[in-house]
Amino acid sequence: MGDTILEVRNLKKYFKSPRGMVHAVDGVQFSIERGQTLGVVGESGCGKSTLGRCILRLIEPTEGEVIFEGRDICKLNKRELKELRKDMQIIFQDPFSSLNPRKTVLEIISEPIIFNKLMKGASKAEIENRVLELMDTVGIAERLINSYPHELDGGRRQRIGIARALAMNPKFIVCDEPVSALDVSIQAQILNLLKKLQKEMGLTYMFITHDLAVVHYFSNDIIVMYLGQIVEKAPSEILFNNPLHPYTKALLSAILVPKVGGNKDSIQLRGEVTSPIDPPDECRFAKRCDYRCEACEAGNPPLLEVEPNHFVACHCIKPGENLLKEREGYVSAG
Amino acid sequence: MIDESTTNSEVVLEVEDLVVHYELKNETVKAVNGVSFSLTKGRSIGLVGETGAGKTTTALAIMNLVPKPPGVIKSGTIDVCGYKMLELKPKQLEKIRGKEISMIFQDPMTSLNPVIPVGDQIAESVRLHENVSASQAYDRAVEMLELVGIPGERAGEYPHQFSGGMRQRVLIAIALACNPRILIADEPTTALDVTIQAQVLNMINDLKKKFGTALIMITHDLGVVAKMCDDVAVMYAGRIVEKGTLEDVFNDTKHPYTEGLFNSLPDISKKGTDLKPIPGQIADPTRLPEGCAFAPRCRYATDACREKPPTIHQISPTHFVECTAYDDPGFHIEGWQNHG
Repeated sequence: MGDTILEVRNLKKYFKSPRGMVHAVDGVQFSIERGQTLGVVGESGCGKSTLGRCILRLIEPTEGEVIFEGRDICKLNKRELKELRKDMQIIFQDPFSSLNPRKTVLEIISEPIIFNKLMKGASKAEIENRVLELMDTVGIAERLINSYPHELDGGRRQRIGIARALAMNPKFIVCDEPVSALDVSIQAQILNLLKKLQKEMGLTYMFITHDLAVVHYFSNDIIVMYLGQIVEKAPSEILFNNPLHPYTKALLSAILVPKVGGNKDSIQLRGEVTSPIDPPDECRFAKRCDYRCEACEAGNPPLLEVEPNHFVACHCIKPGENLLKEREGYVSAG
Repeated sequence: MIDESTTNSEVVLEVEDLVVHYELKNETVKAVNGVSFSLTKGRSIGLVGETGAGKTTTALAIMNLVPKPPGVIKSGTIDVCGYKMLELKPKQLEKIRGKEISMIFQDPMTSLNPVIPVGDQIAESVRLHENVSASQAYDRAVEMLELVGIPGERAGEYPHQFSGGMRQRVLIAIALACNPRILIADEPTTALDVTIQAQVLNMINDLKKKFGTALIMITHDLGVVAKMCDDVAVMYAGRIVEKGTLEDVFNDTKHPYTEGLFNSLPDISKKGTDLKPIPGQIADPTRLPEGCAFAPRCRYATDACREKPPTIHQISPTHFVECTAYDDPGFHIEGWQNHG
């Protein structure tokens, strides 16, 4: 076993709604090794952002444990949690709404330093120096220190969000769709920056995205979520070369490759998405699955290790045995 | 600016030297700065570029929908199936929009009226353009819904009762209800999930084949272009910097900006290759430089690029690039061979 920095056990988050309980995150389990990146993919509404926020306890989980460096953060009191937040940070998707429009770059980046008394007794000039150092790390020109967010473009704003997260010297950062709102040429700049920072500072990332090409580029391990649950989990290479779950297959087949003739017909998903409100006790993907059988109605399939490091939640895929292969119309590769 | 190689097929759209500015109090946004292209029946062209490249403004100008003020069409002509769009009166335009040329927008929630059932919204477009009774128009609306894969009995439902992908299909149904000759799709799948994106794109492709509609696909996603388009025009700072068939632009890339776009994308088939982003920021359309707008970010830029407007080079009968570097016949971009 390597050096596990974060372990999530049976994490659940239910929201009350007028029509019943929304099972946003429903029994998620995984761990991340120090210095690695875990990619979390899934479509809108699969619970990936809720998961990221539960891990930082920005929203209170309904059930389960989040163990960060040996301590269950769900059991910490307010003071302990504040202490821990220095180690765990988040970068948000929208660099427009996640920065206070009435604060300057200096104020935004120095706020966590001052709030957490990271530089107790330091003079204003010393704090400013630290901010300049952080700005340099993320590649924002010094002259912008007194600018307001609206004066900057999306890429620079996202860099400020990153600098703010780095101000605490965190060990672990949840990146919630950090490049989705950016143009491709800027997106690549930010991805490279995040990679460089990881190398230099030994950061651990949980990288939440809907962009499969990005997650493939960035992650060591990937989990695929569907309606609040993990349907497949594997190292990046294995997942892309040998996807097993029918949902993962459909997802991968829908990636559009920027190459002439690179796009075969994708697997079309039919049917209605199962409602996340009080879902029935059966496979949540069954209604859209081309290969469903009676077994799929027999409860929620557990996440099983079907080959080393490759986990799948499907009634028809068991260690050493893939019943889907015998079904009509089975597509082998992803 | 550029002569299209003449083919026998019927030209449905001709844009000539279009210049559109937004004149604000303190500054002028030079959104489109001399765009020309044409489109023949049944073909599809992708307008590719990043934020501020002028893609959407070009599309709005084609529909004569640029908000004025602050928009000002400085020059140019637009010919849609023989109609000079920029010279027509509002009444005449109403007849052409929706009938000869239709547009679908990025955000399916804000482009539908939330208090009118979707069937009526489709029928409205039919009644405007065709001499039919209300009930005939409604029948047509139901038929269109079925065509885009939504059960006809849902025609009485309101937009909020549909998912994002379905709303986008409703918009497509409205746009295609009168069988227009040109469809402009402005980032039609950007707001959708990948599996839904695949459904919507497949459907647009099927309908396009069925009706012979010409398509202008506005997108920042080169994958969408590869799937959907015959021709590609890459835009930067309000100009088309490279134009050609899909094969020309993707397999024989010439412009440094196009190269930069490809290098910025993670390649699924090759893990571990580093991304090579384009340095710097996207050109500010209120302060465009004297010479080539891309020069400040271009690794091949010379003094000539910075001083004078870029020159146009014809690579093949279909392939054009606007780049001063090609004044030197020996010039080529780096490392392209590794990609294709």
